[in-house]
Amino acid sequence: MKFLVCISNVPDTTTKITFTPDNKELNKAGVQFVINPWDEYALTRAIELKEQLGGTVTVLNVGEADTEPNIRKALAIGADDAIRVNAKPTDAFFVAQQIAAVAKDGGYDVILMGKESIDYNGFQVHGMVGELLGIPTVAPAMKLDMSGNSATLEREIEGGKEIVEVQTPFVVSCQEPMCEPRIPNMRGIMTARTKPLKVVEATGQGAATEVVEYALPPKKQGVKLIEAENAGELIRLLRNEAKVI
Amino acid sequence: MSVLVVVECDKGEVKKSSLEVASYGAQVAQALGTTATAVAVGEASEASLASLGEQGIGKVLYDNDARLKEFVNGAYTKLIAAAAKQEQAQVIVLANSNIGTSVGSRLAVRLQASLATNVVELPRVEGGKFTVKRGAYSGKAFSDVVLVNDRKIIAVKKNSIEALHNAGQTAQVQSFSAQLADADFADAPKQVIMQEQTGGVPLPEADKVVSGGRGMKGPENWHLIEELAKALGAATACSKPVSDVDWRPHHEHVGQTGITVSPNLYIACGISGAIQHLAGVNSSKVIVVINKDPEAPFFKAADYGIVGDVFDVLPKLTQAVKDLS
Ligand SMILES: Cc1cc2nc3c(=O)[nH]c(=O)nc-3n(C[C@H](O)[C@H](O)[C@H](O)COP(=O)(O)OP(=O)(O)OC[C@H]3O[C@@H](n4cnc5c(N)ncnc54)[C@H](O)[C@@H]3O)c2cc1C
Repeated sequence: MKFLVCISNVPDTTTKITFTPDNKELNKAGVQFVINPWDEYALTRAIELKEQLGGTVTVLNVGEADTEPNIRKALAIGADDAIRVNAKPTDAFFVAQQIAAVAKDGGYDVILMGKESIDYNGFQVHGMVGELLGIPTVAPAMKLDMSGNSATLEREIEGGKEIVEVQTPFVVSCQEPMCEPRIPNMRGIMTARTKPLKVVEATGQGAATEVVEYALPPKKQGVKLIEAENAGELIRLLRNEAKVI
Repeated sequence: MSVLVVVECDKGEVKKSSLEVASYGAQVAQALGTTATAVAVGEASEASLASLGEQGIGKVLYDNDARLKEFVNGAYTKLIAAAAKQEQAQVIVLANSNIGTSVGSRLAVRLQASLATNVVELPRVEGGKFTVKRGAYSGKAFSDVVLVNDRKIIAVKKNSIEALHNAGQTAQVQSFSAQLADADFADAPKQVIMQEQTGGVPLPEADKVVSGGRGMKGPENWHLIEELAKALGAATACSKPVSDVDWRPHHEHVGQTGITVSPNLYIACGISGAIQHLAGVNSSKVIVVINKDPEAPFFKAADYGIVGDVFDVLPKLTQAVKDLS
């Protein structure tokens, strides 16, 4: 089985978000970038399946050179090799085209990624890649098991889940509780240095969307505290003041 | 040119989030000087589809094919693309749901459209530019995004648009067929398992949520959460450690690695408010926090708070809700 795992490089969850003075970009100063948490589920599950079935795991990132530490981290966790498409990931459609271009030539059986990135929160790339390649996408999946060329997945739906069976090749976007994400060990970190990381240039058309401005949500007024002895007062406030019940 | 609205139905009824989507689409159509047509997916009754007139929809297209009752990405995408073609839709509006975004992302490629998900406001159309506002950075920011391509697809976040109700208006329901082939059903589900829900509403759709954390001490105390939820007509939720130790099922866990919710009211009971938890709930309109620790970080994100013991406070709240009616 050939697995392709797409990872994105995102600000650590605990980052306090600020923007450049023109509000057009994230202020990256002092921000630590990590592998998108959802993508860690995709990566770990691919590695588990490789250990079970044999094959290779290739990681793919669309990003500029500053993402390489996180690509190396993915190699340290257990991927075999990596590809970086050397471009700024401007929007979901642009990124999807790059992934599809790499996948088309690579003969991958399963393309895995996280359900969304915690910065853009798009939930789009998996569907676009599936459509560009003309193969099914199962999103978001909580379980992925494989036997030969067929896969059984659990897909989350509102209020429940579905069991879906698809044949390779397919795209899957991953979420909890698919597996327990792994962290690199010393041996992994040592071997990651010597694993191949290929850099390729971008292809395809430009972006379909353009961010013109970022803004922070309006500041909260501050919490209104109600005495515990008088808890029922809260309900009256929720009805008469906040008007939510 | 027109606006096409994708309406998701379940057990004969239009989902609440789709009523919001229909209202959104009708208002976009009005701004563009055109009409809004809906295409319905899932199990729909004729009466519920006709009542979409109340949300400003003129016409509803519905394919009665029994294979379309459950979500099938391939088939839904083909059906909606055919409807978009027939209606010459310039704008397609759908819900920011698992179905909406799964189909929306495929449609964007198929129809060469610009797609914005997680959209929280009506678009601004000025100087030939079509701009939408959407949530980013796990609810910590918003971004204004220009949809560059001629065709636009918008996935509207739940509870961010008020559903219109123009009583008495009805939509004309027309049967529609996209000539689906077996190959369009390659990803059809083999089995659908629905989970039990408190309050009868799926958590992502709920407009009120009562949520419990490790401060609830154990599953045997969850009746306190359930009783308040029941009195309010709310769904129940929990923090990640609670579902990790199986006090509650996984599908109730909200947060960065769980479900994202944006209800009108989120009541957090015995939850510390770690940033990963906030990421899933911080776009709730009103946040109430009950925690015995006055230093709990959640109070910073809250609108109302009670510093107190959940075991003492929750029964009082439930009683106060009952006293309202
Ligand atoms: C990568 C990653 C992803 C994560 N994703 C998520 C996620 O999606 N969702 C999520 O929730 N967490 C997530 N977490 C975990 C998160 O960081 C916190 O650990 C978690 O949210 C804490 O849950 P809690 O508030 O229930 O428990 P605790 O942190 O233990 O807090 C319990 C709270 O209850 C209060 N309390 C105790 N007893 C009482 C009482 N009798 N009455 C009133 N209050 C009481 C305490 O004062 C305390 O504030 C993630 C963590 C990581 C590292």
